[in-house]
Amino acid sequence: MTTREDAPPGSRWALWAPLGLFAVFVAIVLFALLVPANRDIRSEMVGKPMPAFNLRAATAGLPGLARADLSNGKPHLVNIFASWCVPCAVEAPMLAELKRAGVDVVGIAIRDRPDDLALFLKRNGNPFSRIGADDSSHVQFEIGSSGVPESFVIDGKGVIRYQHIGVIQTRGHIDAILAAIKEAGA
Amino acid sequence: MIATLGLAALWLAAALAVLQLIGSVAALRRSDNPLGPVIRPAAAVQGALVAISFACLIAAFVETDLSTKLVAANSHSLKPMLFKVAATWGNHEGSMLLWVTIMALGGAFVALFEKRLPEPAMLATLAAQAFVSLGFYAFLLIASNPFARLDPVPAEGQGLNPLLQDPGLAFHPPTLYIGYVGLSIAFSFAVGALITREVTPAFARAMRPWVLGAWIFLTLGIVAGSYWAYYTLGWGGWWFWDPVENASLMPWLAATALLHSVSVLAARNALRAWTVMLGVIAFSMSMIGTFLVRSGVLVSVHAFAVDPLRGEFILALLAINIGAALTVFALRAGSVAEGERFAVTSREAALVFNNVMLSGILGIVLIGTLYPLLAEALGARVSVGPPYFNAASAIFAIPMLLVLMVGPLLNWRRDRLGRLSGRVWLPFGIALVASAFALLRGVGLLPSLGLGVGLALIAASLMPLFGRKLRTVKLPLWGMVLAHFGAAVALLGMASDSAFTREKLIAMNVGQSVEVGPWQIKLASISPVAGPNWTALQAGIEARYAGGAVWRLAPQQRAFWAPPQQVSHSALATRWNGQLYVVLGEQAEGGRWQLRMWWKPFVILIWLGGILVALGGLLSLVGRVASDVRRFTAIGKIAYRRARQGR
Repeated sequence: MTTREDAPPGSRWALWAPLGLFAVFVAIVLFALLVPANRDIRSEMVGKPMPAFNLRAATAGLPGLARADLSNGKPHLVNIFASWCVPCAVEAPMLAELKRAGVDVVGIAIRDRPDDLALFLKRNGNPFSRIGADDSSHVQFEIGSSGVPESFVIDGKGVIRYQHIGVIQTRGHIDAILAAIKEAGA
Repeated sequence: MIATLGLAALWLAAALAVLQLIGSVAALRRSDNPLGPVIRPAAAVQGALVAISFACLIAAFVETDLSTKLVAANSHSLKPMLFKVAATWGNHEGSMLLWVTIMALGGAFVALFEKRLPEPAMLATLAAQAFVSLGFYAFLLIASNPFARLDPVPAEGQGLNPLLQDPGLAFHPPTLYIGYVGLSIAFSFAVGALITREVTPAFARAMRPWVLGAWIFLTLGIVAGSYWAYYTLGWGGWWFWDPVENASLMPWLAATALLHSVSVLAARNALRAWTVMLGVIAFSMSMIGTFLVRSGVLVSVHAFAVDPLRGEFILALLAINIGAALTVFALRAGSVAEGERFAVTSREAALVFNNVMLSGILGIVLIGTLYPLLAEALGARVSVGPPYFNAASAIFAIPMLLVLMVGPLLNWRRDRLGRLSGRVWLPFGIALVASAFALLRGVGLLPSLGLGVGLALIAASLMPLFGRKLRTVKLPLWGMVLAHFGAAVALLGMASDSAFTREKLIAMNVGQSVEVGPWQIKLASISPVAGPNWTALQAGIEARYAGGAVWRLAPQQRAFWAPPQQVSHSALATRWNGQLYVVLGEQAEGGRWQLRMWWKPFVILIWLGGILVALGGLLSLVGRVASDVRRFTAIGKIAYRRARQGR
């Protein structure tokens, strides 16, 4: 076996390069591991106007929802929900509180049935001034919502200002939404 | 009872691994250390104990021992027997035990059968193997005990992901694991060779069968996984560049490069440091792949148990193992001479080119897989998909395949291209004409190149056999030819699939007909069917190829009840010239049914080619091992005669 101890110094350093690259790899994945990723997919539509839509009334006694209803000069909170969605029932008291604070809450019911929805509203209270029925999740996709419940703040011109993903649950959530509404109304 | 026995065997095996590590290090320092002769038996017994432990876990699954937590969480008394057995490794803990089992069995085989290396190199190899194994024993026993118990015992198990209830998948993970973990042997050989500075042709010949063996399983595992994804996921695709797929592709690329460079080292005593480096990288890629998949740092369609603590454990393990190996490399590689020289046109140079290109693809895949992580660290969200991977890997793959047409024809050390010109121009001509023809017919650039290069490579791969008496051609050469031929076949399949596939998504009433490519397809019926743990809606499809006889297909929409889950079960009609692929979707408005159909000409060549590649590897392995055995028997006889004459 021939050995060569007199390798040029440059190549000596190069031999450490793989270890260096590996250290960079470990640093990156360690970072990814310790800082859990934000898995929520933000809507690309925030900052853009609502797409055109016109949804029929989802249940008896409340009007449906169209884009025109959202560009009447007043800010709105659009809540994407469904009667079959358990977290949406958990969210109901918070929506009621937002309504008491003067927010106009409108709903888009995803793949729902009028009777089920009426029962849901009877059981959990009704914060909505309008509910549109989105039977094929079409509008939901268009505005970039990936699940229920989600809430969007729309300004008086019909532009999406803010997106809340998941259940509105804490004081912080409510304050953030109220702030967004105030900003949208200004 | 069984679980207790399995756990005890596992702890004993771990203890033997400690002995193996301490003993071999001690024996390396002083050759007369009394622990020296204990090392090989320790490795062998360790392998047997882990095998017993794994058998115990299988037994617990077979009899659905619900007092074992893992069985309760992943099995069900109603599940068919094959899937009860497969459930053993269809979960995190069980698959890690499988990992350790393969590793220990590999170590045992090396200890028992490898007689070529000098004793110090052997000891260093077994020390490295024990070092790596210990980390995985610790992971298994501390952070993922497969034999944890449940008290009180639940009344019934929680089933298994119905997507995993598939015979193909029962064998896919073990095959892939043998490949992944088999590379640990090459890793240990490389580290052992570095520590003792024994980077010699003998080392290369000792390592080669292990690399070949692992590579064969890896190839088969990837082929099986690809076919499984193709027919179960119902997307009609065969490769998605999903992180988990990449995790299996990266060690394969490194092992393929290693396989070629180890041949150069064995035959010509060149590429020493590079071969050792690849030995380290190949298994490192196995570990990195496992880490990426199991830690949940990457989002993937393969949802494994995601537990950040486990992720940290595996990261620590791989940082220690790979970090240590690369440190040894940095310290020792400078003193490993670069070996024999060779000219720019020579077999060695062609193989170096192959290595560089394979490493390039490996780099592309690694960067593409990790880029979303890096981008997220910088505050952006991206996902990297087929447009990047296909184009970027083709940049390296196409030149590599072009050189592959010539490489095997070149002589070692020094050659002239002029000598080959007669034979070289034919395949290059085919490649050029076929690609140009496809391009003019409106086929995309990459598929056109794929078709041209694939056809040319079919011819070129057979050329090393020209002018030889076929009966005297040795098995390793047959193996090489077959593997290269298989690569060409697979490439043709890939190119044909992306160039000629016809797709149709349509809502049909029962009784209605539609055309997909050359097929006339009629939705004849929709009926309910029941299986052992599912019910399904089944479509009766009558398909005619170009007005010929009727093929009956029955795609299903299956509903499993433990756990409740909807799975579409596609149906395939395979002809010699392609596959018809039908998926039953949901019911649309007006009582119509959604059907998704593809006609994929020659798609089957992809997996057929993959199997040929693996078969080529097998021929080569059999040839090498057989000649080793002959040589050792001959050496043994001579030594025996000498010993007798000497008396």
